[in-house]
Amino acid sequence: MPDLSSGLLSVRNLKIEATSYPPGEAPKRITIVDGVSFDLEKGKVLGLIGESGAGKSTIGLSALAYGRGGAEITGGEVNLNGTNILSLDRGGIRKVRGARVCYVAQSAAAAFNPAHKLGDQVIEASVKHGLMTKDEARKRALYLFGVLGLPNPETFGNRFPHQVSGGQLQRAMTAMALCSNPELIVFDEPTTALDVTTQIDVLAAIKHAIEATHTAALYITHDLAVVAQISDDIMVLRYGKTIEYGPVQQIIEAPTQEYTRALVNVRQAIREEAPDQSQALLKVENVSAQYSNGFKVLHDVSLHLCKGQTLAIVGESGSGKSTLARVITGLLPPSDGRITFEGKPLTPALKNRSRDELRRIQLIYQMADTAMNPRQTVRDIIGRPLTFYDGLRGAAKTARVKELLEQIEMGTGFVNRYPAELSGGQKQRVAIARALAARPELILCDEPTSALDPLVAEGILKLLARLQEEQQLSYVFITHDIAIVRAIADSVAVMHRGRLVRFGPKSQALSPPFDDYTDLLLKSVPEMKLGWLEQVLTTRRMESAGN
Amino acid sequence: MSNPTEIKPAEAPSPSGLRLKARFPLLALIAERLLLSVLLLFAVSVLIFGGVEALPGDFATTYLGQSATPQAVANIRSELGLDRPLVTRYVSWLGGALQGDFGTSWASRNSVSEQVGKRLGNSLFLAGFAAIIAVPLAVGLGMLSVHFRNRMPDKIINVLSLAAISLPEFFIGYLLILYFAVDFGIATFPATVYDGMGLAERIQTIALPTATLVLVVLAHMMRMTRAAILSVMSSAYMETAELKGLSAARAIVKHAAPNALAPIINVVALNLAYLVVGVVVVEVVFVYPGMGQYMVDAVTVRDMPVVQACGLIFAAVYILLNMVADILAIVANPRLRHPR
Repeated sequence: MPDLSSGLLSVRNLKIEATSYPPGEAPKRITIVDGVSFDLEKGKVLGLIGESGAGKSTIGLSALAYGRGGAEITGGEVNLNGTNILSLDRGGIRKVRGARVCYVAQSAAAAFNPAHKLGDQVIEASVKHGLMTKDEARKRALYLFGVLGLPNPETFGNRFPHQVSGGQLQRAMTAMALCSNPELIVFDEPTTALDVTTQIDVLAAIKHAIEATHTAALYITHDLAVVAQISDDIMVLRYGKTIEYGPVQQIIEAPTQEYTRALVNVRQAIREEAPDQSQALLKVENVSAQYSNGFKVLHDVSLHLCKGQTLAIVGESGSGKSTLARVITGLLPPSDGRITFEGKPLTPALKNRSRDELRRIQLIYQMADTAMNPRQTVRDIIGRPLTFYDGLRGAAKTARVKELLEQIEMGTGFVNRYPAELSGGQKQRVAIARALAARPELILCDEPTSALDPLVAEGILKLLARLQEEQQLSYVFITHDIAIVRAIADSVAVMHRGRLVRFGPKSQALSPPFDDYTDLLLKSVPEMKLGWLEQVLTTRRMESAGN
Repeated sequence: MSNPTEIKPAEAPSPSGLRLKARFPLLALIAERLLLSVLLLFAVSVLIFGGVEALPGDFATTYLGQSATPQAVANIRSELGLDRPLVTRYVSWLGGALQGDFGTSWASRNSVSEQVGKRLGNSLFLAGFAAIIAVPLAVGLGMLSVHFRNRMPDKIINVLSLAAISLPEFFIGYLLILYFAVDFGIATFPATVYDGMGLAERIQTIALPTATLVLVVLAHMMRMTRAAILSVMSSAYMETAELKGLSAARAIVKHAAPNALAPIINVVALNLAYLVVGVVVVEVVFVYPGMGQYMVDAVTVRDMPVVQACGLIFAAVYILLNMVADILAIVANPRLRHPR
């Protein structure tokens, strides 16, 4: 650990609290961050990692003496070059923000003002703080756009936020942070909202820019594999407290704490690939689909899934993977091709399907939150399909609901709870129980774990695997996360721009020779090892040189 | 990762006019609004003419009273051209209206356009004066209640403005007359203005109807202003402005205002439309010689040309101001102003 005196940023015993207002109860004081200390030297990167609620964003913002949404810094010191910025008055803090410490938000799309050009917003802080003239700032912005690999740096600044892509916006936000030549930048999950193939570019651009400008950085993320590529030190946080703090190599290769070990080892293989994949339960043959306005979203897709197995569909946002699920459920009937289930053709449109057809195929959504009625108790939510399909009522229904709660490892005490009283993982479990209540044969899982923290997600995946084993369930598992595919799939379908680019048993689909897109996709997935990013970038450079 | 449930189509391919629409979405949308407004006005003219036709009662019988012999009624009807078929009368009326000629009043035998012109001026003067007071007051109160959000001043402003909007305007009018004209005697009633009145005197005369109108439109504008500013202040880009170390003034002027303005302008334009149309009742209460008074008088004697002219003009003003509100909202949207 670095010497205290030489650090650029030295945080001591930081304590951050907020008041929460639970409905129907007296306001409560809650501690978000408790006794966190760390040091950061000039030009170095410290990774803050933890699940949601660990307090990592709150710590990051404390470097700008800012508390978001009612969070108050109530104790400790944040020393920037020897000055405790928490003791400054408003004017003093304003001189730090945007000039000496800058912030890169998770969603650049929301953080840029839609009414102004990107260029004007990028240089605003530097000019307003009197650090440079407008012309100097424009020149620096131009240079930074180039460093960050933005297309047409000369004209990029004239565009409005809605005119550029998500990955470009995230890089523009990085340029905005770098523009005033700050001593420290706080990156708050800057690549979390991006597709993997975009994430790797942004990650490389950020790393390159940090190196080129010798800025220090706090890099906040929930993805250990990402932070391992960019940090010098890592701090693992949980419930607002430091779990483990040390150099990146030690954290990744020799973690001392149980929690850190769990993060490093997340998503080891959960399930072995089934050897026999010939008996199809669900068969999709030459299916195409289009929206009512004629826009074609699926082109000639053919694949199949066997009983008791998992088909993983991977692709970026916009690849058509969720649309395929909508076609299978009948929400969007195919314009061409056909779908068979247990050898019989499946009625194309949802509204024409028989109750039994409906029962056999169930859905689990990405956002369990929005997929449940907040005014219904767990009993109502899980009980609805019991009444609808099996006519269960009263005591019989409650008994079955309790049985299902046991199956999803939640205990019968949750029967009368409302969704708002459940955690993210518990909500997703209730959603699974609701699907199970219909006694389905096939469950379509649309990114059921992508909104969850890694360890919670792992629990859901294990639960799904156990249920599959016990009840011979088949899953179509839609995801953008290759690690999940490796952990649970029997067969894999890779989609890109509405087309199926690859389909087969996992062992074949994820082994070379690859098509170009699958190759790019697989190489873009961050690996939990040091130097992975450099390795990929070097390979890329060699390939492009070879071409 | 963002929710990838749906692929947004880039642009729906339609056979014709696509390229122009894609290249100039702003102009295309504005043209669309203009066209729709014209169509709407045309439809309204049909409704007004048809509605007035369908009204029970007849000018000739009302006019003649006791002496309405069938022969006399028929004479008057043919004199006024009422014996011509409906469509012919509609076409000639619309043709005249398009050239600014609304025909002759049956009751007074004066030109309707001349009468309407004078009274429209009076009505617009009253509505305009109310707007000059109401708009800054509403926006100012909205800002004030944002500043004191969820505290006493905010709550008081909210309750009072809600009370004002909940009472019908004629009731507010009578209340104001009762207190300010009758009990305290500090305002004039009736608020009748006439030619040759000086501006100061005129303003003094219309104090009470103006106050009534202001109270009626204030709450809506105030609450929308409050909501618009609050939603902008809680957005991520305002946090960005704060984390850039910008001064509060710059953050508000440069970053909040451009985004809050559009919804505020929109609600102001809608309320102006309401003002112009809403004067009808208020004018009658205060005996103010404007369009509303004129129209109500005409209805009582079945003076159809006047009723039709007033109806059409009110509709035109309402549609025009709504169209302006729409267009301003479109222009204020950077996504439409600067297409991809």
